[in-house]
Amino acid sequence: MSTSIDQQWTTRLRRRVAGKLPPEKLLPDTQPAYVSSWIYVFGVTTMSALAVVIGSGLILALRGPQWWHESSIGHFVNSLHLWSVEIFFFAMVVHLWGKFFMGAWRGGRTATWMTGVVTFLASIATAFTGYASQSNFDSQWITTQAKDGINSTGAGAFFNVLNLGQMLMWHIVLLPLAAVVLTALHVLLVRIKGVVPPYEDKVGEAQ
Amino acid sequence: MSSKAFRPDVDAPEWKGGHSPYDIIKEGTIALVVVGLLTVILATLFGAPDDHEITIKNWANAAPTDFAMTAINEMNGTTTTAGYGAPYNTASDGQKLGPLTLAKWVGVRIPINTEQDFVLGPLESLPYNAQLSSALSTWKSASTSQQTTWVNNYTKADSTMTFKNGQIAVNASNAGPVPVFINDLTAMARSGALDTALVQGGNFFSMDYTKPLLFLSDGGYLAQLAEKQHLLGSQWGMMNETNSYPGQAWLWLYTFWYQVSPFSTSANADVQVWATMMLLSVILLFLPLIPGLRAIPRKVKVYRLIWREHYRN
Repeated sequence: MSTSIDQQWTTRLRRRVAGKLPPEKLLPDTQPAYVSSWIYVFGVTTMSALAVVIGSGLILALRGPQWWHESSIGHFVNSLHLWSVEIFFFAMVVHLWGKFFMGAWRGGRTATWMTGVVTFLASIATAFTGYASQSNFDSQWITTQAKDGINSTGAGAFFNVLNLGQMLMWHIVLLPLAAVVLTALHVLLVRIKGVVPPYEDKVGEAQ
Repeated sequence: MSSKAFRPDVDAPEWKGGHSPYDIIKEGTIALVVVGLLTVILATLFGAPDDHEITIKNWANAAPTDFAMTAINEMNGTTTTAGYGAPYNTASDGQKLGPLTLAKWVGVRIPINTEQDFVLGPLESLPYNAQLSSALSTWKSASTSQQTTWVNNYTKADSTMTFKNGQIAVNASNAGPVPVFINDLTAMARSGALDTALVQGGNFFSMDYTKPLLFLSDGGYLAQLAEKQHLLGSQWGMMNETNSYPGQAWLWLYTFWYQVSPFSTSANADVQVWATMMLLSVILLFLPLIPGLRAIPRKVKVYRLIWREHYRN
């Protein structure tokens, strides 16, 4: 018999979450035997690089946007930020190609694929606003060139790449928030659905 | 009733094989440490580029005639910004995607009048100068057609432009106050005062560099420096970085389209390339739902390499 506690939103949400993502799925201690390839390393590498990107970005935020131009320590932290971004994209692109060749959307994993693609696109936008916010010669050139593409779509009226303040806010608040939320969603979907199994040998051969 | 047929590009077989130990926390920790160390090594070995920004002052001192020529072109309406269209002005329809003028539909949201915002406005902000004050009064009291005649007469003679002893000189006749404007604006730029005057709104605080960046990019100086750093669009510049550092390499496909026909010769290349990339992004997003495309990985069989141990067993 259903009690009033059973009808509470909190109770229902907790049961729903626990049903979809029990602790043994969220933090698994075993994995299917087919998960045995170097390609699987690139997902966790992408997330690790994202952590370093965010960590170095937080340190840069502590001292403000001029710090890295004026201080050797600031310049080094900016170098960490740059190289972690390069590692992040390298790992993410390899991860994406790997998942494509595995047909990783199979078995009800379409949403996992889609959140991954949207995360990739959001990451490109985040990196672009970072390049636009450097406040040096490179950012002057990048923004004056990029404005033409964005303006041609009509979006430039609202997303003005020549406005340093706007680009910096998008880079350090809005887009990282989107990238982190999307990444978290993507990882939770991976945990809920599990890693896609191999193609059936006979199916793969027969088609 | 028979069960639904197995669709090899949509469905996945249920795994009935064995499992192996997996320490997800240990894996994540090791990955973080390795990536962190790799980042420190790369940052220590290679650092990061930081070429100093170019000011209007730098430009006007390094290339005064290029600056002055750009200034008169801002007045006669022949610079990129002056003829841009939306979101800056209504001088043109802007780029078209077939019959669609997307930017024009959105309209002028960042209004820029190059003559007023880049030349006359900054000159009006200068401390009192009898010659300039008289020139500005003459300009304001003249008709629009008279102003156009003066600007056109100066423009016709701009090939004779010289810069000597800090002065811009042009062999122009009946150019009214325009020679004073161009000369004084060049002097203002060379002093650094124009950089400040151009920052949006002339406020004490500002982080909007739309006007100085547009003016700077209308001249030839910035592009000359960019070409030396292989940053032009024709040099795959969007994915390059100053001093040969790796840049936004992930933009390779976006950059690629600008190198090939019909985009490389199109007046509407920007909007066409954006539309192409948006279409490709949507295809990538919905790839699991597109028959044919979603069958590619099964047919090319790279998966047999990825899961080679599984198939061997």
